[in-house]
Amino acid sequence: MSAHFESRDLVIPGDVLYEGRIRTGDNTYRMQGKVCATRIGLVDYGRGIVSVIALEASYNSLVGDLVVGKVVDIELGQWMVEIDSPSLAILSVPDAIDAPFSPDVVMPDILDVGDMVIAKIVDLDRRRTPILSTLGRGLGKVEEGFIVRITPSKIPRLIGKKGSMVNMILKETGCDIVIGQNGRILIHGRTREQEEIVVDVINKINKEAHTSGLTNRIQEYIKGLKEEQN
Amino acid sequence: MSKKKSRSRKKKKWERVDGREPNELRPIKIESGVLPNADGSSYIEMGRNKIIVGVFGPGEMHPKHLAKPHMAVLRCRYHMAPFSTDPRRSPAPSRRDNEISMVMRYALEPAIFLERYPRSCIDVYAEVLQADGGTRCASINAATVALVDAGIPMRDLVVSCAAGKYDGKVILDLGDYEDKEGEADVPVAYMPKLSKVTLLQMDGILSSEELEKCIHLSIEGCNQIYEMQREALKKKYGIEKEEK
Repeated sequence: MSAHFESRDLVIPGDVLYEGRIRTGDNTYRMQGKVCATRIGLVDYGRGIVSVIALEASYNSLVGDLVVGKVVDIELGQWMVEIDSPSLAILSVPDAIDAPFSPDVVMPDILDVGDMVIAKIVDLDRRRTPILSTLGRGLGKVEEGFIVRITPSKIPRLIGKKGSMVNMILKETGCDIVIGQNGRILIHGRTREQEEIVVDVINKINKEAHTSGLTNRIQEYIKGLKEEQN
Repeated sequence: MSKKKSRSRKKKKWERVDGREPNELRPIKIESGVLPNADGSSYIEMGRNKIIVGVFGPGEMHPKHLAKPHMAVLRCRYHMAPFSTDPRRSPAPSRRDNEISMVMRYALEPAIFLERYPRSCIDVYAEVLQADGGTRCASINAATVALVDAGIPMRDLVVSCAAGKYDGKVILDLGDYEDKEGEADVPVAYMPKLSKVTLLQMDGILSSEELEKCIHLSIEGCNQIYEMQREALKKKYGIEKEEK
């Protein structure tokens, strides 16, 4: 019945986090009464639960997530979209143009192989393949902007508490940012310089996601970059 | 006089080819996250071995008929670069390359939660840039670090180290010369927190006592390497901590 680490310590797969009766949270497993970590991350001892906030993790698709994906294949009545999850996602014609699939629909004219799309996961089918939809505000084909990739487990850090981090970046740089839960981020600004600042900042957040007081430091960092450009 | 002296010193201390103690490892350097295009990666220098490992996945399995409906498939590729040995070797995968790929897969599989990713696959590519004996052990060590760096859920790290017999003595972590000229070589892969052996090979002739000695010695070496792997994984985040 004891904790082996302090909260927010860096742990590595196999590290024994707790011995005794406790619930196992994210990224942990139980082995002979011991709770161990399965991913590298920061340990979090809650009330009656132990979990690890992963620093490296692949994307696990959930219904309702907004994702940025790439069309990799066109099949009869559906597009296959790569969203960095273990399996390709399906976007079918009725979910893209709000009309049934008919012979007059020319699929490559709507979305071609290589196009980037912003979509929402509306369902997981019985094999846990994500089903996408591009019907809705702000969804659909990406026309222009920058796309950067970060580790999907660091997305909450990029958004911040109630969006504090992302709102600060929006205010400081004046760029539009679409954050896909799968770790792909679309940045669209008025000038290329603005976009480059955001790309730089997001890479910095990706590297330093585990440190505290990040929002303020990032704000300073953006100001520094802006001065450099002027 | 001087002849006598040298002879007596020789009798006192038996030395290995590179002057190491019998239970001493070669100097090891591990780095994680070295390849930006891979999901996870690592680089290891174990003595004069230099190996780079990239991990991709979990992702869609191709060809699809090889996917397993209840678990992910782990695919390993061990490859020696043409310039890794003297003389140059053919870049085509040899029988030895294929065998070590399989051995790596068997050593790593028990540590990964493959059942969490049905119908998908995880790829591990180990490229030997410079070889100096014990490349399979070094590849397994680097592959574990790369798998953790890729965020693949694991039960424990896998550490690997060889022991063997050279000149009638049991020694740890054989170099290229000791490997080729020695009597026997026992590579062991080990999960330190679970204390489980995932790989045990023997090449050569050993008595059962010697084999047991070899296994204990290599597990001792594994525990030392385990600490270095932990450090390598933490270093990626630790150095940034100092900046603040």
